Amino acid sequence: MAMSGPVRRSLPPPFAKGGGLAVCFLVLVMGVILVPANAAAMHISEGILPAGWALFWFLAAAPFVALGVRQINRRKKIDPMYIPLLGIFGAAVFVFSCFPIPVPVAGSTAHPAGTGLSAIFLGPFASVVIAFLSLLLQALFLAHGGLTTLGGNTFSMGVVGSFGAFGAFLLTRRLGLPLFWCGFAAGVAADLLTYLSTSLELALALHGDHSFWGVLGQIYLAFMPTQIPLALLEGAVTGGILVYVRRNRPDILRKVGLTREAAT
Amino acid sequence: MKNALALLALLLSLALGAAAGAEEERPKWPGVDEMVVEKFARELGREPREPFIDTDQGDLLLFLFALAGAAGGFVMGYYWHKIFVAGKKEPPSQ
Repeated sequence: MAMSGPVRRSLPPPFAKGGGLAVCFLVLVMGVILVPANAAAMHISEGILPAGWALFWFLAAAPFVALGVRQINRRKKIDPMYIPLLGIFGAAVFVFSCFPIPVPVAGSTAHPAGTGLSAIFLGPFASVVIAFLSLLLQALFLAHGGLTTLGGNTFSMGVVGSFGAFGAFLLTRRLGLPLFWCGFAAGVAADLLTYLSTSLELALALHGDHSFWGVLGQIYLAFMPTQIPLALLEGAVTGGILVYVRRNRPDILRKVGLTREAAT
Repeated sequence: MKNALALLALLLSLALGAAAGAEEERPKWPGVDEMVVEKFARELGREPREPFIDTDQGDLLLFLFALAGAAGGFVMGYYWHKIFVAGKKEPPSQ
């Protein structure tokens, strides 16, 4: 993270002139190289939720999406930096949430949520909009999630993930933890709460004659071997990015109201 | 150096051999949607259905994932440059 200065100085002239161009290229190449061969993810697949529950989750998520659009429109008028931040973290949520990462201890793959980052930098309501758009594109073109389950997936990853992460971040800031650990808590909360919410949606819709709590516990526990390592990774990435931003553009953290003392 | 390479080759062959042996028992690296969401849904009497737009055909899905990764990566890189490279050189606007 702190290596950006020396790395820029040591680059050959074409890259030194436009260091960002090199980074764009690297990110592009990494994006192409690391894409998965199969769509394998945590989103609730097409057709799993019965019509009533699918509609219920659409209605539950809709006000958050509407308020998110309002938050984006308001903040982009106030802060010219908001649109580039929206670009970075919107794309990050999209890429993270369709990026299955193999977890060797579980022998399976799952993906991070990314909504911790977007909730911190863009606000939790705007983060719901980002999650909704990412999930919509994935359902339309990547056979990932589903259109009938879009409301449920938006509620778990967008609403619960974003607000849970934002709450964890605020709580840890209030407790006086260092910025990295606040980001870490947000990343972990975004991941684990998203999966808790997915389990809740499945248990509510499908428990039938079985005990609701039993089904909820079974599904959530089944996620854990894959999700705990991934949540720790997501926490570390979220904390690391916050520290990176504080070192390189502390004014951004001040502007979005995350720190008062970021420049020091 | 040669010893390290030999050790690496041995470990790789062991790992690949073990993976090949386990292949028939369960699919390799299943996603949690398959392993948890769809498994529990089936057990509870609900089958997933095919996506409305089924892009999971041959290498089409691989192409679309590559495209999505490239587009997402480009957008991130572009705005990252705008904020952390070009933006860093300008005094931050108040």
